[in-house]
Amino acid sequence: MNEDDLDRNRRHFLTVATAVTGVAGAGLVAIPFISSLKPSARAQALGAPVEVPIGSLQGGEMIRVLWRGKLVFVLRRTEEMLAQDPLSADEFKDPNSEVLDQQPDYAANATRSVRPEYLVVEGSCTHLGCAPIEDFEVRPAEGWGGGFFCPCHGSKFDLAGRVYKGVPAPTNLRVPPHRFVRDDLILIGQDTGAA
Amino acid sequence: MSRIEAEVGTPKGGFMKWIDDRFPFTETMRYHVTEYYASKNFNIWYVFGVLAMVVLVIQLVTGIFLTMNYKPSAAEAFASVEYIMRDVEWGWLIRYMHSTGASFFFIVVYLHMFRAMLYGSYKKPRELIWIIGMLIFLVLMAEAFAGYLLPWGQMSYWGAQVIISLFGAIPWVGDALVEIIRGDYSISDITLNRFFALHVIALPLALVGLVFVHIVALHEVGSNNPDGVEIKNNKGADGVPLDGVAFHPYHTSKDLVAIIVFLMIFSAVVFFAPEMGGYFLEHANFEPANLTATPEHIAPVWYFTPFYAILRAVPDKLWGFILFGMSVILPLFLPWLDKARVKSIRYRGWIYKSALSIFVITFLSLGWLGVQPAEGIYVMAARIFSVLYFAFFLLMPYYTTIDKTKPVPDRVVYHD
Amino acid sequence: MIKVYLRKMRKIPDLCAVAALFLATPVFAAGGGADLESSGIDPDNINSLQRGAANFMNYCSGCHSAQYVRYNTIGKDLDLSDEQLVDNLMFNAEKTFETIQAAMPAVDAARWYGKAPPDLSLMARSKGSDYIYNFLKSFYVSAGSPTGVDNAVLEGTSMPHVLWELQGYQVAHYVDQTNDDGSVSRAFEGFEQIIPGSLDSEDYDDFVRDTVNFLAYIAEPIRSDRRKLGVWVLMFLIFFYVIARMLKKQIWKDVK
Repeated sequence: MNEDDLDRNRRHFLTVATAVTGVAGAGLVAIPFISSLKPSARAQALGAPVEVPIGSLQGGEMIRVLWRGKLVFVLRRTEEMLAQDPLSADEFKDPNSEVLDQQPDYAANATRSVRPEYLVVEGSCTHLGCAPIEDFEVRPAEGWGGGFFCPCHGSKFDLAGRVYKGVPAPTNLRVPPHRFVRDDLILIGQDTGAA
Repeated sequence: MSRIEAEVGTPKGGFMKWIDDRFPFTETMRYHVTEYYASKNFNIWYVFGVLAMVVLVIQLVTGIFLTMNYKPSAAEAFASVEYIMRDVEWGWLIRYMHSTGASFFFIVVYLHMFRAMLYGSYKKPRELIWIIGMLIFLVLMAEAFAGYLLPWGQMSYWGAQVIISLFGAIPWVGDALVEIIRGDYSISDITLNRFFALHVIALPLALVGLVFVHIVALHEVGSNNPDGVEIKNNKGADGVPLDGVAFHPYHTSKDLVAIIVFLMIFSAVVFFAPEMGGYFLEHANFEPANLTATPEHIAPVWYFTPFYAILRAVPDKLWGFILFGMSVILPLFLPWLDKARVKSIRYRGWIYKSALSIFVITFLSLGWLGVQPAEGIYVMAARIFSVLYFAFFLLMPYYTTIDKTKPVPDRVVYHD
Repeated sequence: MIKVYLRKMRKIPDLCAVAALFLATPVFAAGGGADLESSGIDPDNINSLQRGAANFMNYCSGCHSAQYVRYNTIGKDLDLSDEQLVDNLMFNAEKTFETIQAAMPAVDAARWYGKAPPDLSLMARSKGSDYIYNFLKSFYVSAGSPTGVDNAVLEGTSMPHVLWELQGYQVAHYVDQTNDDGSVSRAFEGFEQIIPGSLDSEDYDDFVRDTVNFLAYIAEPIRSDRRKLGVWVLMFLIFFYVIARMLKKQIWKDVK
């Protein structure tokens, strides 16, 4: 190799090295800027778990609470509601709650809940985030066993938040992390650790 | 870089041709980058233009991210700044970059302007570049002033109070003007709100526009150099100035080194001394604005102090305002005040060299005096230096005419 | 050997700070006289900060808030677990993410003291740690004052001598001095202890120093992190500089 080639190689190497270092530096600088967009300490404080007293909740009644600004339904199901199984499993997209992100492990059961009576689900349609409307009246003629209906695009869910087939919502209503502090108190947003 | 050069420089069809048929990309890159020839003997004074661009980008980017968390209301502004400093992840870094960037903007711009005075960069044919540059400087001062109110600390409030009151000195319209600036009977939530609008939209837009025009004008006439020689007068057979080298890759590679050195100094301040001993972030500004108590010592941020010292040196409100305004505006007329036949200090006589040296001492002294209390010897010193400041400009037509200049070479030379 | 090296490494942020400050001398506009005794705080001494946190919660937080400071930030920075926070520091709060709020409502405070006790989140940044250090040491008995004390650093302060049990009481001695222009002014000469406190003077200084150290910490909790990060940023830039400079030399090689 003559001197010109050596020079060209050296220059090429240095150009690449400089470019790589520069791009790496720019990437590192981007980290704090992008991280600053995440929920701040205040947002985290405001998004702390919420306590929901359920002592006065009667069977068939539902209350709405906000956790992290998200609507959460707490429904106390009656014996009849739990007993009825009007539709067969193949009416649902995910009858056995197998999509992992949609509920904590402890709610991946037949009633999708910690205690069979109490359903805790986010009131946010898994299609595009509208708030579903509850409709607990059973109308066998229409093939409706009670549940939730989304007014935006017509998605339907049963009394355990399971999504029906043939509607736009892809998955079951999400069950947020929650636990029973006492028999009459649910903590939404936290499932382990101290209260 | 050679690969990029090959791609950009010689479109052979394909994607680049498709673009170039619709947008003058290659042509623009050639004109402004790969075939923009600037003198090969640039020294350190020639890096401050590109550094000013770097600071501008830093301010724009950090500013956008600060705006996402800042609240422009008197009730919430101070707390929202502390929110950024504490609750927003990395918010402290973004805020310190922005506050440090403000001071560095002025350091860099002052040095950039001084370069023009050293080498006569404002002289024909570059008068318009200088004028646009001065407009940039004025907008920058307004931008910094509006921005300083936003944290709504003690210094924000009382500094704005003093500067806005200045306009009240104007006969007849003064009081009405002050009310229009404030939008209220005193500086209030309303004032803060409109200063926010000016700081984040109006002035940055003007700034970016002016910077664009500044560069277009520069590339039309070509860059000056430490010898003040017009390199376009000596072209080779290929039409390329003999003393010029292409902006890219020559000056870009040089500027990159300068930018890195600059970033080292900038980072040293951001990470180790963001308050810079109270000059970049004033201590009293860590107290929320208190409308019932002025801080004991009130001084504007350091970059305004030379002009502020002139204001205070005059024992009359109206004349103080007039001289303050003149001290800011006067450099605009440099292209016509300077009668010398040569541009660069290298070929000027002892008179201009002395005048410029005294001017530098004057400017720095005024800056120092602006943060001292306005009493005793300081007032006297400020008056003497104010006279020297104006003398530099107003006597310039005279002393640059009688100054003996040396012959300017045809080609640029390397010094030391 | 490695230990010595590590000890030296820890000095790097200090060296950088000195380098950055070489032309800037602090300009504290806070009043209270020119010669304040240095507080001598050590921001890297975590034990001092922990003691200061306890001092603050026991003696200050009854009246003063630090409304921008969250307990869990203190816990993270000062190596305190949630349990330690709850048991030892959080007298006025239930959750660790809460900010420090005074036990006494500000409205009542304003009525009792004539002026609401200021928030202390940023006091060390606005007044300087030396100022607070001297202030807390300069209460003296003054019969004319509603609180029974005055302060040599901030004359006429409405703050009572909260730490009297620790420091005891002292009186201030002033002398008349004649100025150059013939006028006579009162000059502070010194304190004299009249009632001893539970701490001797050295222990009291340490107590105040720890407290001021904590106040300086809450004024800018990120300080120690930013200095550590700064070293890495500068090292990266030095590396970048070396490469970029080699490239520049290579490119400019043929320019004569």
